[in-house]
Amino acid sequence: MSGHSCSLLFPVEEDREYTMSDYQGAQARWCPGCGDHSVLTAMQRLLAAEQLKPEQTVFVSGIGCSSRFPHYVSSYGFHGIHGRALPVATGIKLHRPDLHVFVVMGDGDCTSIGAAHWLHATRYNVDMVALMLDNNIYGLTKMQTSPTTPEGYRSNTQPLGSYLPALNPIEATLGVTNASFVAQTAEWMPAHLYATFEAAYRHRGFAFVRVLQRCPVFTGDIYQDAVRNPDMIEMLEHPDGIEVPDLHPIYQNVHRHDPRNMDAARELAEKTDRIRVGVFFRDESRPRYEETRHLPLHTTDEKIGILNEELDKYAV
Amino acid sequence: MTMNSPATDTAADERRTGDGVEVIRDSMRTVEIVSDSGEGAQKCGQIFGAVSAKMGNGVWTVEIIPAEIQPPARSPAGASGNRIRIGTEEVTNWGDRTDVCIAFNEQVLLARHRLDAIEPGALILVENMWKDHRDEDVRAEWVAAMEELDGHGYRLIEVPMEEQCLTVVDDARKGKNMFALGILSWVFDRDLDLTRDQIAHAFRKKSEEVYEKNVKLLDLGYAWAGDNLGVRIEIPTRPSSEDMLVMNGNQAVAFGAVAAGMELAAMYPITPATSVSHQLGEIFHRFGGIVHQAEDEIAAAGVAIGASYSGKVAFTITSGPGLALKTEFLGLAIMSEIPLVVVDVQRGGPSTGLPTKVEQSDLLATIFGQPGDAPHVVMAAATIEECFHSMVTARRIAETFRTVVIVLSDANLATGVQPFRRPSLNAAWMGSRPDTSPVPEGKRPYDWDEKTGLSQRFIPGQPGGMHTLTGLAHDEESHVAYASAINQHSSAMRSRKLAVLHSTLQPPKVNGPDSGDLLIVGWGSTKGAIEEAVERARAEGASVSSLHVRFLSPLEPGLKEIFQRFRKVMTVEINYSDDPDDPFITDENRRRGQLAWLLRANTLVDVDCWTRVLGEPLRPGVILDVIRANLPKGGAA
Repeated sequence: MSGHSCSLLFPVEEDREYTMSDYQGAQARWCPGCGDHSVLTAMQRLLAAEQLKPEQTVFVSGIGCSSRFPHYVSSYGFHGIHGRALPVATGIKLHRPDLHVFVVMGDGDCTSIGAAHWLHATRYNVDMVALMLDNNIYGLTKMQTSPTTPEGYRSNTQPLGSYLPALNPIEATLGVTNASFVAQTAEWMPAHLYATFEAAYRHRGFAFVRVLQRCPVFTGDIYQDAVRNPDMIEMLEHPDGIEVPDLHPIYQNVHRHDPRNMDAARELAEKTDRIRVGVFFRDESRPRYEETRHLPLHTTDEKIGILNEELDKYAV
Repeated sequence: MTMNSPATDTAADERRTGDGVEVIRDSMRTVEIVSDSGEGAQKCGQIFGAVSAKMGNGVWTVEIIPAEIQPPARSPAGASGNRIRIGTEEVTNWGDRTDVCIAFNEQVLLARHRLDAIEPGALILVENMWKDHRDEDVRAEWVAAMEELDGHGYRLIEVPMEEQCLTVVDDARKGKNMFALGILSWVFDRDLDLTRDQIAHAFRKKSEEVYEKNVKLLDLGYAWAGDNLGVRIEIPTRPSSEDMLVMNGNQAVAFGAVAAGMELAAMYPITPATSVSHQLGEIFHRFGGIVHQAEDEIAAAGVAIGASYSGKVAFTITSGPGLALKTEFLGLAIMSEIPLVVVDVQRGGPSTGLPTKVEQSDLLATIFGQPGDAPHVVMAAATIEECFHSMVTARRIAETFRTVVIVLSDANLATGVQPFRRPSLNAAWMGSRPDTSPVPEGKRPYDWDEKTGLSQRFIPGQPGGMHTLTGLAHDEESHVAYASAINQHSSAMRSRKLAVLHSTLQPPKVNGPDSGDLLIVGWGSTKGAIEEAVERARAEGASVSSLHVRFLSPLEPGLKEIFQRFRKVMTVEINYSDDPDDPFITDENRRRGQLAWLLRANTLVDVDCWTRVLGEPLRPGVILDVIRANLPKGGAA
């Protein structure tokens, strides 16, 4: 997402420095140990680092644990309906491309009930950050299988274990025409989380970020091994993607991957031997819908003139 | 030849010109052009209607349209075309039966005959290439059809359309419509210069060569009619002193949207609403407007809501099945008080129903369709002119009351063409941008005025207005309501807005005396047919009036008082209701027409109903029969 703010619209706005506390909304009500907390912190850090004006920033969400996110950020927020955050965000950007729009979805929100919008928002490539906080389960409704639940994993709706192989959201997003930014990160790697958010925000286009996330109540075990054993992680690094050298002492599997290389990105996304984090694909040259559709505004008098001209064609 | 003129009592005047041509002079006549799909009968009808309107005739046109794009040729179910009713005065509905019918084959003609759409004594012009067709089956079908059509008093004339058209074009399928237009132009003495202009407009996206060929075919049809037909019909014109526009209801919605300052139309293709977006697609960019064709009906609502939330004037268009999909989003807009205009161009339902046919069966769904208590505004356009003006009204209400306004139209208005007074555009209609000045300290995102429920909305980008809008129950701060009293209060505030709107509405006007034996109540596109029927019944001496409701939620004021002045009140609607005489039907279990249901609940008056779901507009003659049957027996009121 671009860092352009539309200062021309609000010339009287005083310049002041924002700190992380300026972005503090209501007290977060997620469970203790929930991965959402660290995502919120990384995001507030980014907002302060980029000095985004709270009134020029909009967080849009659907329904689910992670969709409470906008309530906990002091900015404009839109906590809408299940699965439909992306169309709302698209509508906002069509009118106000100057606003910084962040979408926060869960795995059920994005890859199940809102799957059509996920596919099409990727293709529209509207300039925004879309976070998919993936805890592999429906949490708010108390432990039902989601499309990203691992095969065989037991839940209240599939107590004998999930019947299908888990959906791979990175692979799926890479498969969509006009995808321009596809990344994966993990909430237990705060430095990586931050670096990914920063790259996503600075990318001009639809920046899809899947955040691997623990739900301590229902899926605490899924990423337990990965959290304990850094060898299960591979970091994809590139100057055009992200590089987090501070993490190299811990995470020693570092793979240099050029995010312009779609074939390599797809190969990496398909592999299941390790968890790969970093930018899989990035191409800023892809068309952005809100720019393609941008048209100059007209005054009311101009519009009345044009409308009369058009009505003349139907005049008797 | 005798042709009934159901709309008027004056007998048609007949005379003969010097060359033996019979001239019938009358104030109203109905014409149909029917063909297989893809043969252009609709274009012929549209041009004929537009020319007639421009000459100063009252006009109403209706599309005769199958559900498929190209159904099997020569099949009654595939009949496609146009009915044009023209008169000296304003024409408000499609009438009863047609007086003139041009058919491109005998099967589509049979379809109209079987639907009782042709007046006994009508002039029928039918393509005769099928009579001597090389296919034996076709020849047999022709013979059988002629037998079926015999004995109804039709004046049937065979026309060698194919043979004639082949002198101008290689593929007569692509030319018969203009040849037919030529015939009609001669019969009704239409202005040929105007007709050529209208052809140029209709084929503006095609080459000059196409235009030239079409004009040649027009002239050919005109000349053929002059040489071969012995009858002309004269409907005196009365050019309007006012500027008029001629268009269909969906075009009127599109132009109305522009006049109302709308900036974004989010939609997903659905019959019969889609053509609003076709019209907008042609012009909207000139105003900086966007037609956003979303990935589905739900996303169309979402994009419109997101845009409106951020200060754009947005609306969405749909029809029944799409409205069902948008339901959850409409609930969100109502709950979080985001202004939104929704146009529902109704078709037959439920499910896929009758996609191309008229019905008025979304009424209760539009008012009560959202789970939970979701007060919002529903209004219905009764004429094509109202399709235009409803958009201006709807935007104003949506913004003033921070709510959803559903504008109901239907397939009859959507495709019907009628001239109406050209609106004098007003800068105030275009509205102004929402206030985005810094929010004063202490002002809250839902600072409901205790008396009216009204509050000012904050737009993203507006300094000091930061809050998280939510579909969860919330308080004045937009904070999630954890205390029980908050939901009661916020529900009251949203409901109050409807009462305030209601207090600003005028009671509806009664058409006819404001008391009497029978009051017919209608809504939407049936207005013209109902009023014509009521007028004809009054001419017979009946004590009957009618009333047309435009605001359905909240209902217009004063209805109960008006109803009490009539001995009987009944609705006439195009939705399903049980007939009282049907098996098992009692006064208690009878499922009544949707408006009747609403009126009974709101007025406690025993409102009766008569409804039909035939997939066609109501005929005034049929409503007249309903009036006759429902006039209370005994002395006058």
